[in-house]
Amino acid sequence: MNLLDIIGPVMVGPSSSHTAGAVKIGNICRKLLGDTIKSAEIFFHGSFQATGKGHGTDKAIVAGLLGCAVDDIRIPDSFELAARQGLEFRIRGIDLGEAHPNSVKINLTGVTGKKLEIIAASIGGGRIQIHEIDGLTVNFSGDYPTLIVQNLDQPGHIMDVTSMLAHKSVNIAEMQLYRENRGGNAVMVIECDQEVPKDSIKWLEHLEGIIKVTYLSLAEEEAHV
Amino acid sequence: MYKALEDLIREEQSSGIPFWKLVQKDDCKEQNKSEEQSFQEMQYIYRSMRSSFEEYDAKLLSASGLVGGEGARLQKWREAGKMVSGEFISSVMEKALKISESNACMKRIVAAPTAGSCGVVAAVFLGIQEKEQISEEKMAEALYVAAGIGGVIASRAFLSGAAGGCQAEIGSASAMAAGGLVYLLGGDAEGIANAAALALKNLLGLACDPVAGLVEVPCVKRNVMGAVNAITSAELTMAGIRSKIPPDEVIDAMRFIGRGMSEEIRETGKGGLAGTQTGIHYRESMSQSW
Repeated sequence: MNLLDIIGPVMVGPSSSHTAGAVKIGNICRKLLGDTIKSAEIFFHGSFQATGKGHGTDKAIVAGLLGCAVDDIRIPDSFELAARQGLEFRIRGIDLGEAHPNSVKINLTGVTGKKLEIIAASIGGGRIQIHEIDGLTVNFSGDYPTLIVQNLDQPGHIMDVTSMLAHKSVNIAEMQLYRENRGGNAVMVIECDQEVPKDSIKWLEHLEGIIKVTYLSLAEEEAHV
Repeated sequence: MYKALEDLIREEQSSGIPFWKLVQKDDCKEQNKSEEQSFQEMQYIYRSMRSSFEEYDAKLLSASGLVGGEGARLQKWREAGKMVSGEFISSVMEKALKISESNACMKRIVAAPTAGSCGVVAAVFLGIQEKEQISEEKMAEALYVAAGIGGVIASRAFLSGAAGGCQAEIGSASAMAAGGLVYLLGGDAEGIANAAALALKNLLGLACDPVAGLVEVPCVKRNVMGAVNAITSAELTMAGIRSKIPPDEVIDAMRFIGRGMSEEIRETGKGGLAGTQTGIHYRESMSQSW
């Protein structure tokens, strides 16, 4: 734990889990889509559904999708901000079963047609976890640059990815592998110590057997809201 | 991160390096960051605490409508000379109430250790600085003291209402503020830890029972109590009064009590005040769906 997690963060209230954590989830979803968001469908589960309105969780998620940080004083006005920026959104409740009580499912569509479906949870103290991407189980915090590769469950794809990372001098902090079934869809989640170059991600996308590449960059965005 | 206040006391006594500096050095090593950068961040945190007080807006209401405007009411009462608590405690009460109300009304605050307890450390620190004209640098040092206490509580027990009830939030915040205040009044590591112990002991067992599950009732007013409790604990300490139970053991007692709390009184908005007839009525009268 960081000292600035104990005295801090500087944030818009009222709740680190239901407000600041929700902003972070929105932020990470925006970065993972890698496109300006055209529309978002937001589904709140559990405590997010029960107390989200009172905690401003709805405004916080939308603010995060627009690129606001947790201390952005425009968070309470994010719905108006979304209207001005042409972001359409719809918020509803959902039952995600055994999911963490502070969970949200978000379906995003970008202006270029990119789509992304995410389930994330705010796990306390403003920390978050991404639990599902496009229906596939994953588990990462968004604290590292994270590469998510969806591929066919065939030999060689892990080597394709890891040798590219080695070639680019990117060190792997943690790596997880999941698959739906033998020979079906698989996903690898790689948390890195360095940023993965953009052209390397493009190169990966064109490899045979690679279905989709999603990347969470922690580098500062060029355009701010 | 330190796991015992006893370690900090021993190190201060053997090395002569003050409590706050030990905490800073330890964190800088862990985060691989320079002491200079860390100190600048802490000064920014302190300035943000001040803004969270100064930007109070009496016209705002929280989402439920249950919180808002009471800080201004207390200010009016204080300025009319009606308060018997004395200038210092009165001003700290007002600050704690205003900062905590601001949090409930979606204004910018500093979580210390949590958003729900953001008014405690900030109110005590801003209050004593105003009274004693203390430098910004010294205030940042006191924030390291508070953070060091919080760090030990986090590693031995917990800092969230969901894990250990309100004792873990307001109780920890009060312990952090008490230790910081003792440092600002000239106390050493032993005094800092003692004040933290006295403050936390008073709040052991406090349930987290927020009405409708929101950081509003009773959280906002408990910030006032946590701040005042920090002052009394620091005053006892400076007079030479000692906790009969050592500080680390008090933290362990909080952990034991928190573990035994039922889920209904750990931030679920089910039991305690939230479960009263009126508490349930407030919840049901709020529109909570989309």
